[in-house]
Amino acid sequence: MNDMKLGIALIAAAVALAGCGEQKPAAKAEAKPAAPSVLEVKIGHVGPLTGGIAHLGKDNENGARLAVEEANAARTRIDGKEVKFTFVAEDDQADPKTGTTVAQKLVDAKVAGVVGHLNSGTSIPASPIYNQAGIPVISGSATNPKLTEQGFKTQFRVVGRDDQQGPAIASYLATTKKPKLVAVIDDATAYGEGIANEVEKTLKAASIKVLPREKGTDKTTDWKAVLTKLRGRRPDAVFYGGMDATGGPLLKQGRELGIKAVFSFGDGACTDEMTKLAGAAAEGLLCSQAGIPPQAADKRFLEAYKKRFNVDPILYAPFTYDAANLLIAAMQKANSADPRRYLTELRRIDFTGATGKIAFDEKGDRKDAEMTIFTMKGGKLGPIAIVKGGKTMTYDEFIKGMK
Amino acid sequence: MDTFLQQLVNGLTAGSVYAVVALGYTMVYGIIQLINFAHGEVVMIGAMVAFTVINALAPGGLPPLVVVLVGTACAIPVCMLVGYSMERLAYRPLRSAPRLAPLITAIGVSILLQHLAMLVWSRNVLAFPQIIDNTSYTLGGASITNVQIAIIAVCVALMGGLALLVYRTQLGTAMRATAQNPQVAGLMGVDVNRVIAATFVIGAALGAVAGVLYGTYYGVAQYTMGSILGLKAFSAAVLGGIGNIPGAMLGGVLLGLVEALGAGYIGDLTDLCAYGWIADLMGEQCDGGHFILFGSNYQDVFAFLVLILVLVFRPSGLLGERVGDRA
Repeated sequence: MNDMKLGIALIAAAVALAGCGEQKPAAKAEAKPAAPSVLEVKIGHVGPLTGGIAHLGKDNENGARLAVEEANAARTRIDGKEVKFTFVAEDDQADPKTGTTVAQKLVDAKVAGVVGHLNSGTSIPASPIYNQAGIPVISGSATNPKLTEQGFKTQFRVVGRDDQQGPAIASYLATTKKPKLVAVIDDATAYGEGIANEVEKTLKAASIKVLPREKGTDKTTDWKAVLTKLRGRRPDAVFYGGMDATGGPLLKQGRELGIKAVFSFGDGACTDEMTKLAGAAAEGLLCSQAGIPPQAADKRFLEAYKKRFNVDPILYAPFTYDAANLLIAAMQKANSADPRRYLTELRRIDFTGATGKIAFDEKGDRKDAEMTIFTMKGGKLGPIAIVKGGKTMTYDEFIKGMK
Repeated sequence: MDTFLQQLVNGLTAGSVYAVVALGYTMVYGIIQLINFAHGEVVMIGAMVAFTVINALAPGGLPPLVVVLVGTACAIPVCMLVGYSMERLAYRPLRSAPRLAPLITAIGVSILLQHLAMLVWSRNVLAFPQIIDNTSYTLGGASITNVQIAIIAVCVALMGGLALLVYRTQLGTAMRATAQNPQVAGLMGVDVNRVIAATFVIGAALGAVAGVLYGTYYGVAQYTMGSILGLKAFSAAVLGGIGNIPGAMLGGVLLGLVEALGAGYIGDLTDLCAYGWIADLMGEQCDGGHFILFGSNYQDVFAFLVLILVLVFRPSGLLGERVGDRA
């Protein structure tokens, strides 16, 4: 009896949800009375919908929502029954504590799978809750390596890891700039040191000489002493592992001292803020970001997104779109929406989504995740290359391949 | 050699900014024996006000130099006001209290100003608009930019101006008299309260200029920038002999040089693999590699190392004989 009541409530919710959408096919599906052959499946999404990065949270949510709506419109069938997907969107305020509360809420609501969370800081504490409940969770934007290093079978991500960025930017440097001697600097934080170590390892593997590591702190604004010392050794390229607030002054002071080397950074300093911080000196810098820029995603997705939400995707929407589609595809393959049964399918899935081919390794990380290399030109960061599985292709080549 | 010269130029630039900030500490100490720990925050507020003004004017198309000068002109009165209110509200009521009380108040004022600035200008690192085009000149292998030359010139001018004020004007005579003995100075007709307030205001004005120079030189400003800058300038003042004006100037420049050379060479000096016998001990770890014990991130340590060494071996500082009888 209780199940019946719940079912009716769900259908009501679904009708309300579909009512919000403008898509006609979805509305048509709703017009049908709830036949006993309809299977109800809830898919959760978590991201910050309030606070400083609420716009990114909404962007992520829109991506997943679009996938769910499309699946409903396509009258997806599982186990011979038509499926009615319900999208449950939650707000974690980018706060680790709220993240765990919301995760428990979704588990209690018996969602079949979750897309999220947006931040690594909220994803990591929430992951054991999903794991205990056996609910698969796919993040489209959390890049901290720790997320998938906890040994949880239910945790996945479709975006690259921070520690894949170092090798990406280093191999781009090595293949396109062909430096003979590289100086590596870091800000002595876990992030900065980590990425600098990866860069050094990759460069040395390509038999490029690396100068002894120079260090600053995450508050250093005076890099003159370090840079003066480096200038005497004449490196062809400089890599800095750190944030934009320290990277900007580093770049500016480097140019002031007349260092002609190529300056390269990780995603911490891959922001438009660098133009403000370093002024004209920012021109020509190289930097890397996990994933691909949204405009490089599948064209069909971009059009559908624009049509549905009347805006362009901002950052990670193509990834959350793929994450939701992965959950649905795995359910179809397993012919079941039971997390215990479709999880095994999800682990060995081979899927082509809006961000390209997706398969997971044993940790739940995406195999051959793409990294994008950006350069500063005319005061704006623009993508110039995509690094995937150790291979570098220009951004234009990559776009052609996607079409 | 080029590297060494360049480090000297770097150290001289940073050192002259330290010297101007150190003057604020030393003047106040000289006159009321108070270490005004909030002085670093005054410098920060100077940088922040200038940031706001420059940011607002930068797109206006005025010549960059005019924009920076207007920014400085706005920062100076704001800082003077902060300096005056600080003295009037936080220190004057405690003037006859035990010396520990105003010291604790100073720390309180510092925290208060820092958090006020955080509310006004946010926690973010603010990027100073880079409106002045950097032109580099080569000087015997070392490059020096127009901004660096301007910073050194402004600091020298400020120090000269202050020396004139203290040793050649009536206010300066009154300041020196108050420093020697406030009671007697008061009996001689010196308005002690006014002189002390003037000292704070002048120190704050110097701090404002230092803040603008620091901001334009490094291109960043943040509400926490005052604390480390203040501590370094304080160390510079102690190195020169706190309470002694030429001492603060000398201490600031020396500290800048020590820092630049220290950060520039500590990595090479503590590279264990560069020493034959240690390299032998280390074995494999040194195979064509380096094992650097202390990297250049220890740059900030030098200021405090200097502070400790001075306090242990020459507590009165390099030029500070006069402090002895007062402390």
